[in-house]
Amino acid sequence: MAEITLVEAVALAQARAMRDDPSVLALGEDVGKDGGVFRATDGLLAEFGPARVRDTPLAEGLIAGMAVGLAAQGFRPVAEIQFMGFVYPAVDQIVNHASRLRNRTRGRLTCPMVLRMPTGAGIKAPEHHSESMEAMFAHMPGLRVVIPSSPARAYGLLLAAIRDPDPVIFLEPTRLYRAVKEEVADNGEAAALDQCFTLRGGSDLTFVTWGAMTRETLAAAEALAGDGIEAEVIDVATLKPLDEASILESVARTGRCVIVHEAALTGGFGGEIAALIGEKALLSLAAPVRRVAGFDTVVPLPRMEDLYLPSVERILAVARETVRFQ
Amino acid sequence: MTGDCQGYSPPPVIAYLDKAGAVLDSIPAELDDRDVLIGLYRAMVLTRTFDQKAVSLQRTGRLGTYASSLGQEAVSVGLGAAMQASDVLLPAFRDHGAMLWRGVTMVEILQYWSGDERGSDFKGPREDFPVAIPVASQTTHAVGVAMAFQLRGEARAAVCVLGDGATSKGDFYEAINACGVWKLPAVFVINNNQWAISEPVSMQTAAPTLAQKAVAAGIDGIRVDGNDVIAVRHVMERALEQARQGRPQVIEALTYRLGDHTTADDARRYRDDAEVSTRWQEEPVLRLRHYLVGRQWWAKTDEEALIREVRAQVDEAAEAYLALPPQPATDMFDYLYAALPPSLAGQRALLEDAHG
Repeated sequence: MAEITLVEAVALAQARAMRDDPSVLALGEDVGKDGGVFRATDGLLAEFGPARVRDTPLAEGLIAGMAVGLAAQGFRPVAEIQFMGFVYPAVDQIVNHASRLRNRTRGRLTCPMVLRMPTGAGIKAPEHHSESMEAMFAHMPGLRVVIPSSPARAYGLLLAAIRDPDPVIFLEPTRLYRAVKEEVADNGEAAALDQCFTLRGGSDLTFVTWGAMTRETLAAAEALAGDGIEAEVIDVATLKPLDEASILESVARTGRCVIVHEAALTGGFGGEIAALIGEKALLSLAAPVRRVAGFDTVVPLPRMEDLYLPSVERILAVARETVRFQ
Repeated sequence: MTGDCQGYSPPPVIAYLDKAGAVLDSIPAELDDRDVLIGLYRAMVLTRTFDQKAVSLQRTGRLGTYASSLGQEAVSVGLGAAMQASDVLLPAFRDHGAMLWRGVTMVEILQYWSGDERGSDFKGPREDFPVAIPVASQTTHAVGVAMAFQLRGEARAAVCVLGDGATSKGDFYEAINACGVWKLPAVFVINNNQWAISEPVSMQTAAPTLAQKAVAAGIDGIRVDGNDVIAVRHVMERALEQARQGRPQVIEALTYRLGDHTTADDARRYRDDAEVSTRWQEEPVLRLRHYLVGRQWWAKTDEEALIREVRAQVDEAAEAYLALPPQPATDMFDYLYAALPPSLAGQRALLEDAHG
């Protein structure tokens, strides 16, 4: 088994899905010869040819809309948007068509498409390349919103997303694309969608997080362990539909919860999870649910993005207050 | 003239009948046939009668907001009649004539406009798209559908209908541009009815024609008299042949919206009655009737029999629509995903308890 990066795992999963199922197509700007600006489609053109690996004109609305048309015709398009900051022209198609096609035709037409895109800050990219707008998609009925946090989960979750009969927004944490390597077996096994992953067990505090912030959160949990505090770390992985049971079960056990995400605080998906816990696990709580998030600011240009992103120190400070709360 | 393009002459408007139904140009032999033309005529009369019924159902509180196709029957019926059953239609919200021709039922159309999603579960043309409300959004779906046909090597075409206002949207250009790049089997029919709610075409573009927008996509742009159903059907058939050979087409069909934008609109706020009266002189149903009568293919008794027949058909559909049982409340959950996610089970149960 080879150790590979997250972006290599994304390419590996697409190649596997395309080998297994001739209806799977890759499309987007620069996905062909260039193999994607991050190389997330590297090698696909050489193996599957230009009919199935399609460089598109520079038009995000077109990419999403044609994916809807292809999906309605029985193909399984995997469309790439180069950066999440450029997805907005495609949002019309996602909210008005992809997410609704099954419902509005009572299942006559369906939309088994995947819209992949890098998300998040931390790679010193230019303006508009660093957004984390997962809550926007998670708010849209009829979608799945998936975000992996490691190469192995990227492989398994992307395979699952491609095989899923409904549209999936697949968010790839840019900061993790090449941050770590992990052994990934190219065995064609999908990971479970709509299910959280427990990255670390613990009985004193529950961290709920996703995507790139799993790294800082795990580091914070390790630091807490040095103080004798055992924190559980839950990687949400599928934001929508949310695996409420796993989160509630953990919080019921630990009584304390800190939610960590890098998207702006207000209206972020952390608020949704906090509300869930408030509605369904209030009496288990020994402390208020807290959120550590990006600020309610525009993600700054690269010189200041490290100040924007929740740091291990910020997470630790809130976690310690939560643990100390009587 | 504004919008003059160097070296570019807008294509002529193809027409066979003048406003009074007199022959302008020799009608293609295969269309100058009694049965063919009466078939088109009947479909236009049915569409108009259906429209009248839908508007009256809305006015009496038995239908939601409805978009009438009054005056535009020739575009809709003509393009529908030219399509093969295996082609896929991606309609805008005023294409009842084409939908009916392709086998969508009147009951389904009434259901849709009454707010019942089952109306988009066509029993007939299963691969056709439902009505697209966000203007021009269906144009990019046509790219995907046409690409699917190309990938599978099928001799089928995607037919996308849009209004004049839709040509102002980026989606339209993105779609025709992509079809040009990939030589996809797609035909885009611009139903130029002169008005996008209150805005005339002159507010949409300074270009002298909408067909010429195809030039920038490197594909063919054609103009047709959209009130001449013979011309629409003929131009559409040729366009489909071209499209199936990898030459995507844009057709601008010149017509006029004789009614309001929808039943929620009052066109008298922005449009002169005199303009509308003038346009009534050009309308497509009467135009073809004049031709048929002139050929002695149609008589007063035929007309009376047809009116009786289509009224009975429309009344029967309206009664069937009004008699439909309501859709179960839980339907709003049951078609959202292939399988209901556990996190939605509670919400579904809440609704079921209240309205099960």
